Amino acid sequence: MKIKVLGPGCKNCEALHKATLAAVEDLGMTEAYVEYIKDISEISKYIMATPGLVVNDVVVHEGKPLPTVGKIKEILQKAKG
Amino acid sequence: MHTSRYNLFVSLYIKIYLTYIRCKLIILSQIFKQQGTLVKERNKFLTILLIFVCVYFVDFNTPSVSGAILEGFYMLQEYVRKHTLTCLVPALFIAGAMSATISQASVIKYFGAEAKKIVSYSVASVSGAILAVCSCTILPLFAGIYSRGAGLGPAMAFVYSGPAINILAIVLTARVLGFEMGAARAIGAIVFAIIIGLSMAFIFRNDEKERYDSAPKREIATEAGHPLQTSIFFIALIGVLIFATWAKPASDGGIFALIFNYKWPLTAVSLAVVIIMAFTGMDKEKRVTWIDETWGFSKQILPLLFIGVIVAGFLLGRPGHEGIIPSQYVEGLVGGNSLFANFFASIVGAFMYFATLTEIPILQGLIGSGMGKGPALALLLSGPSLSLPNMLVIRSVIGTRKTVVYVILVVVMSTTAGIIYGTFWG
Repeated sequence: MKIKVLGPGCKNCEALHKATLAAVEDLGMTEAYVEYIKDISEISKYIMATPGLVVNDVVVHEGKPLPTVGKIKEILQKAKG
Repeated sequence: MHTSRYNLFVSLYIKIYLTYIRCKLIILSQIFKQQGTLVKERNKFLTILLIFVCVYFVDFNTPSVSGAILEGFYMLQEYVRKHTLTCLVPALFIAGAMSATISQASVIKYFGAEAKKIVSYSVASVSGAILAVCSCTILPLFAGIYSRGAGLGPAMAFVYSGPAINILAIVLTARVLGFEMGAARAIGAIVFAIIIGLSMAFIFRNDEKERYDSAPKREIATEAGHPLQTSIFFIALIGVLIFATWAKPASDGGIFALIFNYKWPLTAVSLAVVIIMAFTGMDKEKRVTWIDETWGFSKQILPLLFIGVIVAGFLLGRPGHEGIIPSQYVEGLVGGNSLFANFFASIVGAFMYFATLTEIPILQGLIGSGMGKGPALALLLSGPSLSLPNMLVIRSVIGTRKTVVYVILVVVMSTTAGIIYGTFWG
């Protein structure tokens, strides 16, 4: 599973990155690959408001307020099917 | 003697302002493309040099100078005593609560190419109240919305209304400049946004083809939430603001006077409801986000506002007092409700950069020095949404022709609204 955290490096983006890593670890998803994308042109391909979360090229979160670790787990489990 | 000193000050002020615009331009350009640190360092040096030169040459003993400096601090004190605790602080908490509970994604989805026109226009014209606080946060969002396939119309409506309608600005305008002005500003901003959006879409209706990016797939889960508890929470929050700022009515008796007599108990009750709701209806995470967002807004806005108040007091003085710029200058340019006064106010507002909320103390000073109510509204409608740096960024997104039409629309409409307001309520 390919997971992208999108954000130019602001406080909220860091928080989302951490939460995503925590969620992946909690679920024990060894096949997941978390990428932290800071490039604005790459970010703007997906979202308008930062930070964003993209799973397998599908935007699953955008902007504030940030999702909790529990919410991210839900999203990931749903994406896993 | 005096005139030459004034001229010196005016030219100094213009120089400071130009440097300021340049700094702002560089900040904005950095948002879109990374720039070397060398330029940044050079600007810091130039700023320090400018302050040094000013302080070196200014004669602080002259009554007009020392009086104006004192006037700046009197005005700051007025804001701190009268407007900060009862108005600004509750408004900051409301803004914080909005950005903690309303998801940006749920607003943005109405701008997509597939959204209905009427929905995207109405959302575009009011969503600024929730999404953004100043003209700099609105620009990246605007660029995103436009390139993501929202029509030119909704995108323009959004970029116009965003800074003009933010909740803090409306509340503080009503508080400082009077309820009528606050209401006129809010209504004007929404109506303008829709008209500007529709006109832009109509004028450039033939350009609107093949611009859409391939939109990525989206599957954003909507949060369940507790609508009832959230609404009670927001009503109570707004109640704190309204009751705490309740002004003494002109006549005794009647509902307004009754509320005024009990304003503090009513404020306390609202505050209690807010606290109860915060602890029963929200989880810990949400409460932390709320406080975090509120603190973020405070850090972003308060320093600029207080500096803006001092500068406005220094240049223009409180109402009824003289700052460094003589009242007759102001009255000559923007006094009364002539076509020229309204037009001049719109043009100045369109090109000048106002940091968030600083348009309010500046206008308070201008009105005190003899500015008419019509031109004041004209400046409020053209000022916060447009500035030279912001035009340049918009131009980089939509091109020169559309930007020019947009600026002309804003100036013409602000002038018209100023004349109408000045004629009927001036």
